[in-house]
Parts: sequence; C-alpha cells; structure tokens
Amino acid sequence: MIEAEGLGKDFDGFHAVEELSIQVRAGEVLALLGPNGAGKTTTVRMLSSLLRPSAGRAVVAGFDVAVSPREVRQRVGLLTEHHGLYTRMRAGEYLSFFGRAYGLPPEVVRRRGEAWIETFGLTEAAPRRLGEYSKGMRQKLALVRALLHEPPVLLLDEPTSAMDPASAHQVRQSIQLLRTERRALIICTHNLMEAEALADRIAIIRAGRLVAVGGAAELKQTFLGDPEMELRLAQAVDGAVGLLPAEAALTSRGSDWIRYRTRDPQAVNPIVLSAMARAGFGVVTLAPVERSLEDVYLRAVGSPAETLL
Amino acid sequence: MTGLAASPSVARGAWIVASREIRDQLRDWRILSPIAILTLFFPMLMNFTARTAVDFVAEYGAPIVAERLIPFLLMVVGFFPISISLVIALETFAGERERLSLEPLLATPLSDVELYLGKMMAALIAPLGAAYLGIGVYLAGLMLGLGWTAPPVLLLQVFLLTTVQAVVMVAGAVVISSLTTSVRAANLLASFVIIPVSQLIIGESLIMFWGRYNILWWMVVGLSLAAVLLVRSGLHLFDREELLGREIDTLDLRWAWRTFRQAFLDGATSLGSWYAGVVRRSLPRLRVCVLVLALALAAAYAVGTRFAVDWPLPLSMLHLEEGRANLSANFDAFGIVSGSGWWWVFTNNLRSVLLASVLGGFTFGVIAVVLFMAPVGIVGYFAGNLAAIGEPVLRYLAALVLPHAIFEIPAAILAGAAILRLGLVTVSPAGGRTLGTNWLTALAEWARVMLGLVVPLLAIAAAIEVFVTPRLAVLLLSGN
Repeated sequence: MIEAEGLGKDFDGFHAVEELSIQVRAGEVLALLGPNGAGKTTTVRMLSSLLRPSAGRAVVAGFDVAVSPREVRQRVGLLTEHHGLYTRMRAGEYLSFFGRAYGLPPEVVRRRGEAWIETFGLTEAAPRRLGEYSKGMRQKLALVRALLHEPPVLLLDEPTSAMDPASAHQVRQSIQLLRTERRALIICTHNLMEAEALADRIAIIRAGRLVAVGGAAELKQTFLGDPEMELRLAQAVDGAVGLLPAEAALTSRGSDWIRYRTRDPQAVNPIVLSAMARAGFGVVTLAPVERSLEDVYLRAVGSPAETLL
Repeated sequence: MTGLAASPSVARGAWIVASREIRDQLRDWRILSPIAILTLFFPMLMNFTARTAVDFVAEYGAPIVAERLIPFLLMVVGFFPISISLVIALETFAGERERLSLEPLLATPLSDVELYLGKMMAALIAPLGAAYLGIGVYLAGLMLGLGWTAPPVLLLQVFLLTTVQAVVMVAGAVVISSLTTSVRAANLLASFVIIPVSQLIIGESLIMFWGRYNILWWMVVGLSLAAVLLVRSGLHLFDREELLGREIDTLDLRWAWRTFRQAFLDGATSLGSWYAGVVRRSLPRLRVCVLVLALALAAAYAVGTRFAVDWPLPLSMLHLEEGRANLSANFDAFGIVSGSGWWWVFTNNLRSVLLASVLGGFTFGVIAVVLFMAPVGIVGYFAGNLAAIGEPVLRYLAALVLPHAIFEIPAAILAGAAILRLGLVTVSPAGGRTLGTNWLTALAEWARVMLGLVVPLLAIAAAIEVFVTPRLAVLLLSGN
C-alpha cells in the first residue's frame, strides 16, 4: 500500500530525508519514531504528495506521489502535526467543507461525520464553534476530518499528543479498528508506549536516515542483545549459579535471584528449571526482564547509522 | 500546476474554497463593519456632497464642475469598498499559514488552480458586491434627489473599471500572500499593489474631471491585460511545496550573489568564452522577445507616420530650406561634434535604457517597450510630415538617422528584449525553481546582454551620431 524506495528531500542543500526505504502493507501499522527534526514530518509530507521528493520514488495506494499527486491526496488521510481548524465554524460545517473538497456527497459526509463524532465523544460539543474546543477536542475533530473520505492510507502525525488518557485510549482503539479494515497506517509519535502498543513494525529515523526498522521484539534483539531472564528462588542463591547451563550467561545476581542472558529461552529455560528442581531449589518465578522500546530508541538515535542497519 | 482544461470542475473546486471563506468573512465583524459603512453610509455622504456641490456651483454658473464631479464620485463610491478586497487577499494564504490551517487544506485533492482561484474569488466577491451595492445606493440617491441618471455607457465603464481594478489588486495581493510567511510581511509588500493603484486612481480622476471618458475604455483594456498577466503570474508562482516549505523570510545576499554570478558567468572561464556564451546562448534565448520588440518598433514608426496624416505640423514650422543651408553652422553651434558630445549622447542613451529597465521590471516589461517605441514613433511622425510636403524622406533618414540607427536600433531591440524577458519572468517562470532564483537568473541574463551587446552598440552608435551623422547630413542635405 505504501512503498518508498530511496526517498530523499533536499531544502537548499540541506538533506532533510535521505535514502529512505519503507513498505507498509494493507492492515499494517508502522510507527515512525525519531527526534525532533529527524525528517518524520517531511517523510509524511512526501508520502501525502505535499512535497515533491528530491530523490527516490514512493508509491502510495498504487499512485506515484510525484506523478499523480491528486490521486494520492484523494486516497490519503492526513492528520497534520498542527491541526489548525477554522475557528468560526461548527463541526458539521467543517466536515462538510472537507467532504466537498474530497468530492463526497453531503449525505455521506453527514452520516460518516456523525458516526465518528459520536465515537470520539464530540456529540455534545458539535453545535459549538471550533474556537471554543479544547486542544484534545480539536485533535479528535482533525482526526475525523482525516477519516472522513475513508482513505486506504492513513498518515497520522502525533494522533494523541494533546489528549487526556481516556481520549487517547479511545483513539488508539479506533486505530486498531482501522487496521482491521485493511488500511495502511503510518503513525509519527514520540509516545513510545503507544508505538509499541499499536504498531506492527517500528521505524526509527535520525538526521533524515532510517536507522532501524522491524517489530518491537526484533528491534530489542538487535539493539539490546539476547533476552534477559530473571530467576527468583525460595531461598538464597548460593550454589544455584553453578547450575546454569553454558548457554545461559549470568548477568547479575541478588540474595535470592539471578539474571542470565540466553539466545534461545525456549530451549534453555526448561533446562534451568529442571536443574534447579534436581538440586532442590524452590523456584518462585522465572520471567523475562522487561526491556523498553525507550532503550532501543535511545540506542538507535545515539548510534552511527551505518552500524545499525 | 494543473491546467484549466476541466473548467467546470475547476470552477466547482474553486467555489468550494471560496464559499467557505466568504461564509467566514460574513461572520467577521472586522470585515463586515467597513463593508457596511462603505456600502451604505459612504454613498449617502457622496450623495450629499454631490447635491451640495451642484447647488453651490449653480449659484456661480459653473455647472460643468457638477457635471464632472458626479461621475467622479460614482467611481470613488465603487472604489472604496473594493479596497477591502486587498486586505482580504493579503490575508488568504499568509493568514492560513499563521493559523496553521493551511496544511490540511493543501492535503486535499483540490488542485493548485482551484485553490488559487478559490482564494481570489473569496477576496473579490464580498467587496465587489459591496461596491455594486454602494454604486446603486449612490445612483438611487442622485435619481431621487437631483433627478440625475447615469448615462449607460458611463455606468458600464465604471462597472468594468471597478471590477478589473478589484481583480488587479486581488491578483497582485494573492501572489504576495502566497509568497510570504506572515500577514505582516504581506502587508509590508502590499505597497507594490497600493502605489500603482493609487497612481491609477489619480489618473482616472484627471480623466474624469477632464471629461475624456473615452480614455476610460483604454484603461479598462490595459487593466484587463494587467489582470490577466497577474492571474497568470499567480497561477505559475502558486506552489504547495513553496507554501509549506517556506518558514522564514530572510534576505540571503550571499545566496543571491552566488546565483546571479553563476548565471552571469554561465560557465565562462575567460572573457572570450563569456562573450561566446552571450552570443551563442543568451541571444537565442531572447529571440521571441526580440521579435516582439522589432514588431513594436515597426508599429511605432507606422503609428508615427499615421499621426502625421491626422495631425500634420503647420507648414510655417518647417523651414527646411533654411535648416538645410545652416546645417553645418547649427552642428557647430551645438558643439556636438566632439568627445564631450559623444559622452553626452552615450550617457543619455544609457540612462534611458536603465530607466526603461527599472520601469519595465515592475510592469512586466510593458513600460520599457513603450519607452523604446516613443523615439521611433517621433521619427515616423517627422518622416510622415516630410512625405506630406513632398520632401525626399529616404534622403533625410539616410542623412540624419540611418548611420547611427544601424547600431542604435539593434541596441534598443536587444535592451528592450532583455527587459521584457526580465519583466515577464514572474508571469512564466521556469519550472522547478523558486521565484527568487528565476528572477536573479533573468537579471543576470539582462546584465549579460547589456554589458556584452547593448553598451558596446550604444557606444558605437554615439560615436557615429557625433562624428559621422552630422558630416553625412551636411553632405546629403545642404549640398556643401
């Protein structure tokens, strides 16, 4: 659904994006992460035919972004970073304007608009002028605008940044629903928990270059090494360390716990458990040590690009 | 830029943009209040002024003042509301940028033409409607108060003038708005619209008080042409990417100099290769403009001779025998045949070319073409007068004009062509480059033609005019 190959954008000699290649299939969510100024917004703008790529090529919903911009824009729902609304309008008028711009019949706009407004809890606010909306309400209405023409491709820049936790949860649920409707989604976000929860794959971009792309587990493996396991015992660990097999490398220990790394937990963990049982150690828990996407992100944006891909 | 081929769909798209903005304007008291005042109160005030003036001048037997004042006020009543269109137009793109609502709009499938025309319509419709209403109120008042009704032709002229003036102002202002990052910057640059329009209004006022209403038709034609050029220019310059990509307006002199220098040198490594580039590359690029200039000068000559038929010089002014006899003495008296004479002629011509360049730069090259046409037209006028009294025109031309004109006319054509190209760069800029880059490149091209061809030709022409033409004139005309 989205295919970018060697995409690049120069602004008067400044390389905002370089050699960016990504693919997003229908029904897939890709989270685009990166520090401010990394090139996320420029990438999204190129994929929505707002900026012409200086290099490379991108095909969105079957159309080349440089050759058929109008067709691309017709098929992309874009939630922009700044969702400045027309403050003297009401929600219905606002959606009606964008519905007409996308060539939708008024009846369809009304029906879809009302449904999304209800989904996002904006029904009560609908008669008010948009200037009176809170930041989160404005963001939700901007999201409704992006969804109005039921685009097969959604590019969402910080979809929940201004929302309270309940609203953000509501929007995340809607994004999950959109995924099941076979849409391709790219979400630019600084919220790493949200990225991990929503995205099938995560792409990290730094200084205009893609430095990592893959599933959360895959990225953790790449950036943080083998998974780490924590074994908690019912008694002191003295003697238990020597029971670890060669495939389990001890990383740290406490009075009643030990941690080890292993490339293959499925094979190694049962060996560890049976060794402990044979030696009479009571095992309280054996669980993987939580590794956050934040650690991955910090490693990725702090490392030289060429060593990571 | 999408073409205008699918006109109904373009009109529909433009109307989507315009209708939203108009609805927005009609909710803004800052726009509604002046429109209401200028539509209703101001025409009534003008009505009162007209009636008072008519009563006053009637006392002193000068009804002509009132006859001229009433149509003039009609024009003023129409102009004041459309001045608001300038404010609205300046705000169109720059305002949306500031309110951060531009990107969602640009992300829609609406084409650049639809967005541009929609913004233009939005800035035009309310103020023009107010202007027509104001004219109606003014006319109704006059009809009821003085029993005066406007001649239909005058009414049509004022209606057309009001409309094209509004289109010119709005087209210019929308171009400015789409090229600036803030409303403040757009307002500062609005002088480029306000100054020419204020001069235009002064001109229209003089014409109306002079009572030469026919000239207004020419103004309508001229303004329509300017409107077409500005709209075309706006459509060419409108670029989603430029609108989104430009974050700050900075004056980058280093970049400007680098761009100019690169285009001026055009890869030349020596004076010889630079000159070869001027002849081989710059000249061919000017060929269309050269053709336009050549045709314009030929037309000027023809118009000059035609004027001689309609408005011949009185025979008493043409002391040709005496002039021919004293030709040599007159040249000596002027002291023209000297080095200082050469300098005077050369710098005078150069000044004219530079003045034409400056004026042409702001008028799409039009004033430059007119300035170059003027002397040729005058020559044609004198030639026509000579022909009318049976004098050998070709001999006069060969003696007084031709020797230096062989160099001077090509210089004028080349200079005019380079200025025309510079002036037209905003109307049809090369694609894929910013307006600044296009303009600097055209300026460099102008400088190449001026320095490489026009200035040397003018220097040679001045030398011939000073040292050869007088002698040839004496030889051919006075028979000495």
